[in-house]
Amino acid sequence: MKKLLTTAALLLATPAFAEGELKVYHWFEYIPQELVDKFTAETGITVTIDTYDSNEAMLASLKAGKLGQYDVAVPGDYMVQIMGTEGLLDTFTPEELPSFGNIAPQWLDVPFDPGRKSSIPYQWGSTAFSVNRDVYTGDIDTLAMIFDPPEELKGKINVLDSQGEVLALGSIYLGIPQCTTDRTQLKALNDMLLAAKANWASFGSDTAKDVLVSGDAAAGMIYNGFSAKARAEGANVEYAYPKEGFVVWMDNVVLLKDAPNRENALKFMNFLLEPENAAAVTNYAAYTAGVTGVEPFLAEEIKTSPENNPPADAPAGSFIAVCDEETQKLYDAIWINLKK
Amino acid sequence: MKGLRHYPGFLGMTILCLVILYAPLVVVTVYSFNGSTSITTWGGLSLRWYADVFTGPEAPRFAAAAWNSLTIALLAGTAATLIATAAAVAMMRGGRFRGRPATFALINLPLLVPEIVTAVATLIFFTMIGLTTGYLTILIAHMTFCIPFAYLPIAARLQGIDDSYEQAARDLYASRWQAFRLILLPLLAPGVISGFLLAFIISLDDFLITNFVKGAGMETLPTAIFGSVKQGIKPNIMAISTLMLVVSILFVTLSYLINRMGRRSP
Amino acid sequence: MAGGAPDAGGGTGSGSGYRGLIGPLLLPTWLMIGIFMVLPVCLMVAYSFLTKEFRGGVEWEFSLAAYDQFFVTRGLFGDEPPSIEWTYITIFWRSVWQAVIATLFCLIVGFPTAWFIATRPAAVRGVWLFLITIPYWVNLLIRTVSLKFLIRDNGPLNEALMSIGLIDGPLPLVNTNLAVQLGLFYSYLPFMVLPIYAAVERYNFAYSEAAADLYASRWVILREIVLPIVRPGIVAGCILVFIPAIGAFLAPDLLGGAKTFMIGSLIEEQFKGSLGNWPFGAAVSVILMTLVLLALLIYARQSARGGQR
Repeated sequence: MKKLLTTAALLLATPAFAEGELKVYHWFEYIPQELVDKFTAETGITVTIDTYDSNEAMLASLKAGKLGQYDVAVPGDYMVQIMGTEGLLDTFTPEELPSFGNIAPQWLDVPFDPGRKSSIPYQWGSTAFSVNRDVYTGDIDTLAMIFDPPEELKGKINVLDSQGEVLALGSIYLGIPQCTTDRTQLKALNDMLLAAKANWASFGSDTAKDVLVSGDAAAGMIYNGFSAKARAEGANVEYAYPKEGFVVWMDNVVLLKDAPNRENALKFMNFLLEPENAAAVTNYAAYTAGVTGVEPFLAEEIKTSPENNPPADAPAGSFIAVCDEETQKLYDAIWINLKK
Repeated sequence: MKGLRHYPGFLGMTILCLVILYAPLVVVTVYSFNGSTSITTWGGLSLRWYADVFTGPEAPRFAAAAWNSLTIALLAGTAATLIATAAAVAMMRGGRFRGRPATFALINLPLLVPEIVTAVATLIFFTMIGLTTGYLTILIAHMTFCIPFAYLPIAARLQGIDDSYEQAARDLYASRWQAFRLILLPLLAPGVISGFLLAFIISLDDFLITNFVKGAGMETLPTAIFGSVKQGIKPNIMAISTLMLVVSILFVTLSYLINRMGRRSP
Repeated sequence: MAGGAPDAGGGTGSGSGYRGLIGPLLLPTWLMIGIFMVLPVCLMVAYSFLTKEFRGGVEWEFSLAAYDQFFVTRGLFGDEPPSIEWTYITIFWRSVWQAVIATLFCLIVGFPTAWFIATRPAAVRGVWLFLITIPYWVNLLIRTVSLKFLIRDNGPLNEALMSIGLIDGPLPLVNTNLAVQLGLFYSYLPFMVLPIYAAVERYNFAYSEAAADLYASRWVILREIVLPIVRPGIVAGCILVFIPAIGAFLAPDLLGGAKTFMIGSLIEEQFKGSLGNWPFGAAVSVILMTLVLLALLIYARQSARGGQR
C-alpha cells in the first residue's frame, strides 16, 4: 500500500527543475520548437506552451479562470488595449529587460501600450486572403473574392474564426468605419456577411493553411506569413493586397497579471528581444520582427517574399480598432448572428 | 431448419458492415507506411513516420502526452476497478436492499449522460471550486466515468458465480474476508481483469471530457492528436493512430480472451 | 456500451454475509459519482442562470439571459419586440434529424448484420461479434480522422473511383451533411448491432417453424413474427445510437465545416471557441439533457409496454 502511494505521489508530482518553469499562452504554429529548446538550454527553465487560435478565444479563456495559470500571452494590438482596461496585465520597467533598447523605434510608443509598460513587440504582419491560382486566374486584388466571390470560388472559401479580423475586413469592404454606431451601416454589414456566408466552406484559423494546401479550400482569409507557409508546402496560392484595404496587426508578448513565474517570464521576454531569436521566429512564421538588427539572421526567401513586400500601389493597411463597450456589443451581436 | 435462419442479402449487409467499419482503419494503417511526404501520393513502403513519431521534432510533445495518457489510464483504471468491484459485490451479493435501484441508476449515470454535458458540467464544477485544471482534474474525471465500464464485466461475472462456494467456506468457519479472498476473488478474477482493461482503454481513448478539463500545457494523446489534426492530417499522425489502434485491439483481445478462459471454469 | 448492466433485480445469493458491508462497499461509488457527476450537473444547471460579463467571465447574478438568447430574438441589436429565435431551435432540430437518419442507417445495416451473426453456429458467433466490436474500441477521434482522410477530395476513395473511371471529378464529400451522417453512423454502429444480436439470439425459432408450416414466406415471418418479439432489442439499439448522436461533437466538427452546426459544436464553441459565453453554453447543455431524458422516458415506456406482451 505504501509503495502504491509513493509511486502515485511521484507520478503526480511535477518534475521540479532547479530554475523553474514558464507557462506560455501562445498562438498556434508560430514559435519554432527549436527556439524554445534554445531558451531552456540557456536558462534551464522548462517551458510549457498552450495554444489558442484567436484573440477573443484567449481573452475568454483567461477571463473564465485561466488567469494565474499562465505567465505570458501573445495578444494582437487591439487585444493588448482591451486586456489593459480589463486589468489582466502586469507591468514592468525597462530596467527589468536589458534588451529593451532593441525595440524598433516605431513600435516603442504605441497607442495600445504607450511607453511599453506591459508588452514588448513580437511580430507584425497583415491579414487579407489568398487564392489558389490553379482554380482562379483573374484579378484577385479585391475583397469581393471573399465577400462576393466569382463562380469558381463559391463554396470553396475558408474564413478566419476571428471576430476582430472578419468584421474589420467586412467593414473595409463596405467602406464603413470600424466603430460606427450608425444602425443602417451595421445592418448593411450584417446582411452582407450573412449573404457571403452562403459561399463559405468553413470557419477556421489554425486550419487556414492546411485547407489551402490540401485543396479543401480554393481561397481563404489568411495571415500573410501563414500564406507564405502554405506556398512553401506546395499550394499554388497568391496572397492578395485588396484595393479596398486590409488589416495590419502587431502581436505582442505581454506579462500577465498573477503570473506564477514572473522572473522567468521577464527572462523569456528579454530572450525574444534578441535579434537572433526574433529572426528565428520570423524565419519560421514568415512575418516581420519588431526589433532592430534582425537582417543578418533572416532567411533569403523571407526577405524577398511577396507576402512581406507589398506592391508599390497597394493601399495602406488598417489596424483593428477598439470600440467602447456600447458599440462593441453591437459588433458582438453581428458576430454571434454570423456564427449561429 | 436452417433455411428459416437464412435471409438473402443479410450476409451481404454483414460484409458491407465489416467493410465500412474496417476500411478507414485499414487505409490509415496502410498510409502510415507511405514513403512520400505528401499524404496523397503513394511513395513506397517505409517506416520513416514511425521513426518520426519517436525521434522527430514533435516527439517530445507526443511523448509527454503519451506518458500522461498512460499514467492517467493506469491510475484511473485501477481506482475505478477497485470501486467497481466493491460496488458489484454489494449489488450482486447484497440481496434486496433499499438503495439498490438508486445505486443501479447512479452507476449507469455516466453512460447515459451525453459526454459533452459531462464535460461542460465537470469544467464548470472545477472552475467554481477553484481547483486548477490539470493532471489532477483529468484524473478525477476519468476515475468517475470509468466506474460503469469496469462495473459491467465484473457484475456480469459475479452474477454467474453461485454463492454456494462461499456459503460452504463460511460453514467451515472461514471469515468473511477469507471467503472473499480465497474463494470469490479467484473466481471473479477474469471479470476484474476484464473490467480493468476496459476502464484502461476508455480512459486512454477519451477526448471530449479531457479536452475540456485539461489545464495549461497539459496534453493527453487524443488531445495532442486532435490539435495536430486541426492543422492538417500529416503522415506521422497516421503512424501514431496506427500505434494506438494496435494497442487498443491488443487490450480488447486480451480482455476477450481472459473472459473466455474464465468462462470455462465454474 | 450502455444499458447492458446485469440485472436490476435482487442479484444472486441471499446476502452471503455481505449485508452489513453494503454501506462501506457502495460508499466510494456514491462519493465519486455523486460528487463528480451529479453535483457538477446540478451546478451546471445553476450556472445557466448566471449573467455573462462583458467580454467573457460571469457575474453571480440571477438572470434568464442565457435561455432568453436561446428562445427569443429581439432583432439584431436587441431593440425590436421579442419574437421566437429560430436559429438555435433549428440547430437542435437539425441535430435531432441527423441523429434520426444516422439511427436509421445503423438500423438498416445493423439489423441484418445482427441477425446474420446470431444465426451462425455457436462456435463462430463469438468471433463475428468480436470482429464487429473491435473497431469500436479504437479511439473515436482516430476513427473519425481516418474517415475524413478516406473521403476527402484528394483522398483514397476519390482517387480509386476516378482511376476506375466511375466519376470524372472528385465527389465533394467532406464538409457536407452526408459526411457528418457517415461519421455518426461509423461511430455508433456497434451500439445498434449488439442489443439486436442479444435479442435475436434469444429468439425461439420454433415460432418461425410453426409459421412456415402454415405456408408463410420468410419475409412475412420476419415482419409478423420475428420483429415484434425482437422489438426490445431494436428499440434499445436505436436509443443507444440516438442519444450519443445528438450530442456528438467530433463528427460534425471534423467532417462538417461551417455548414453543419450541431448541438455539440454549439456547446463547444461557447467554451473553447471565439464566442466565450459560458452561461449560454450551460443553458444549451441543460436543454440537451432534457431532450435526452425525454428520449429515455419514451424508451422506458416502450419497454414497459413491450414487457406486457
